[in-house]
Amino acid sequence: MTITINHYLIVSFLLFSIGFLGVLVRRNFLTVLMSIELMLNAVNLNLIAFSRRLSDLTGQVFAVFVITIAAGEAAIGLALTISLFRQRKTLNVEEADTMKG
Amino acid sequence: MTAASNVLLTGGAGWVFVILSVLALFCAVAVVVARNPVHSALFLLAAFLLVACIFILQQAEFVGAVQILVYAGGIMVLFLFVIMLVHQRTVRGSLAFQNQFDVALLFLPLFLAPFLYVLGTEKLPEIPSTPDALRMIGGRVVGNTEAVSWMLYREYLLPFEVASVFLLVAMIGAVVLGKRTMDKVD
Repeated sequence: MTITINHYLIVSFLLFSIGFLGVLVRRNFLTVLMSIELMLNAVNLNLIAFSRRLSDLTGQVFAVFVITIAAGEAAIGLALTISLFRQRKTLNVEEADTMKG
Repeated sequence: MTAASNVLLTGGAGWVFVILSVLALFCAVAVVVARNPVHSALFLLAAFLLVACIFILQQAEFVGAVQILVYAGGIMVLFLFVIMLVHQRTVRGSLAFQNQFDVALLFLPLFLAPFLYVLGTEKLPEIPSTPDALRMIGGRVVGNTEAVSWMLYREYLLPFEVASVFLLVAMIGAVVLGKRTMDKVD
């Protein structure tokens, strides 16, 4: 089986779409956060594939930065989850609508 | 590896990639579909490990190792801790999902059109294939980790320092967010 950059793009696209679908359709705040992590992983997959295709290490360095941002985002998101749960006793994203116009 | 630089993997390695990516996509679907958050988290862990394997397949050994350490070792433990802290029973029926098909239909062409355009017209330059291009420092073959750190500490030193400040801010923010509501409860 011969694999080109296009195969990587397809896998990455599908992974990103699944993550995006998760953000759209799930009500549980934790699952929404997990779907965001899936999307970040899809982006990393693209960076790594292009790094190899162009024989350039910049993609790998950038992937390390993306993982750093993902770690910070997960920490803040989970702190918000706990905060939300203490105030509303629920994780449903539709309950957090105080600022909705 | 091969003469044509646009071929990333051939033969058995190609099939390994296919198997790994099919499993990763299956795990990703399971993350979204599973009703129990603990099941979601475990499927997400499996997806992270499979994606790390795909990274290593593309000569990104360092990023693969970081993926396993940070995601599987750090972020997933955080997720499981929070799931245990805010324990909820599994939501039955369609209550776990919300109907957002109008938004999904809106985004479908927005995502699909540029994707198909890029797939149809690959205009990347032909680069002479060097098997160890991602493991070299100035023409000397060392190792992926050493090459990445060479890049990171020489050309990307400022972004590296900014990332450390970002992590500090994120840590302080997480502590403040967790603490303030505690005071309110007391």
